[in-house]
Amino acid sequence: MDILLAIFIGLLFGFSLQKVGAANPQVIIDMLRLRNFHLMKAILLGIGLSSLSLFVLMNLGLVESAHLSVKTAYVGVIIGGAIMGAGWAIAGFCPGTGIVAMGAGRKDALFFVIGGLAGALIFTLAYAVLEKTFLFDKIGAGKATLASTGVEQYATLLDTVPAVVVVGVIALVFIFAAWKLPAKAINAA
Amino acid sequence: MKNILYQKQWHWTVGGLALGLSFLLAVALVKPIGVSTQFVIFDGIVWDLFSSEIAVKDETATKGYSSSNEYLDKSGGKYAENIANPINYGFIFVLAMLAGGFLGAKLQSKPADKNEEEFPEVWCANFGRSKTKRYLMTFTGGALVLFGSRLAGGCTSGHMMSGIMQTSLSGYLFTIGAFLFAVPIALFMYRKGN
Repeated sequence: MDILLAIFIGLLFGFSLQKVGAANPQVIIDMLRLRNFHLMKAILLGIGLSSLSLFVLMNLGLVESAHLSVKTAYVGVIIGGAIMGAGWAIAGFCPGTGIVAMGAGRKDALFFVIGGLAGALIFTLAYAVLEKTFLFDKIGAGKATLASTGVEQYATLLDTVPAVVVVGVIALVFIFAAWKLPAKAINAA
Repeated sequence: MKNILYQKQWHWTVGGLALGLSFLLAVALVKPIGVSTQFVIFDGIVWDLFSSEIAVKDETATKGYSSSNEYLDKSGGKYAENIANPINYGFIFVLAMLAGGFLGAKLQSKPADKNEEEFPEVWCANFGRSKTKRYLMTFTGGALVLFGSRLAGGCTSGHMMSGIMQTSLSGYLFTIGAFLFAVPIALFMYRKGN
């Protein structure tokens, strides 16, 4: 059953990324150099809608909170994010969109994926050493969310406000930003 | 409906709905979407062909597998288990994404411009039309992206989209780190071109 779901949701996600332009490095680079916010609008809307739906459905007991998977916050999340950001800007692909673009037949994406396999291998080999450094020092409680998830292992940062209110506000901000951001931006000189 | 399937690029509202639906279905039915781990799994599957110590059955491990590599051995041998059994949710999901990209590109009213497929326009404006140069740069970019994502424990899918959907602190931290570097680098590297 899980495998069928993997095929169905994977196809939907890959197809959507391709059709929204996320697998086109021109679109990514134009987003990162603040010229074209088409993709950012779509992503903000997607996150806002799914986040609000998720917390409402959990509240109604229709989605089990056991399905959540909150990742730990540690120093390497920020530094790794920065290194990922550098490669993202250089190539115009991230892991998911690189895979989708390779499926769409882009040769530069094929080289991106091969490079990605090399980068992942280097990390796999370096982990034993890196693990003992400050890079894996936890930030705050480690696994933490802004809105309460009802899962015991996850710390709640805004625990005095009902989760649906926190998520409702975040979702509204995201959807408002998605709506207001200009699609084609501000022409730099 | 047929129109939407064949459109070359969706309106951002259609794209947002489709992406939101993907994130929601994944977490509601299985678990949040993630991609970058599967690069490690693929490496492991290949490595396993040449070594007998990469994914070993081990009754004492929580997941039933252990590995001589510390990273593949962590979390009770979770990665080693997936390497030994490639037909698992996460790995098949990423293969299905690849197929989704293929279908998305095939179902297209206007055929893709050959030029556009080889090079992004903004790339040519700044670096010319050498294929070697472009492939070398996407290879380097890919290595940085996956090294960084594995160090961070997730990528744009796992941290940025799934993470922020769950309002997780780590998702926000990753996103700040990523944009703080990606935007200045993109502004600097791609100064020329509209």
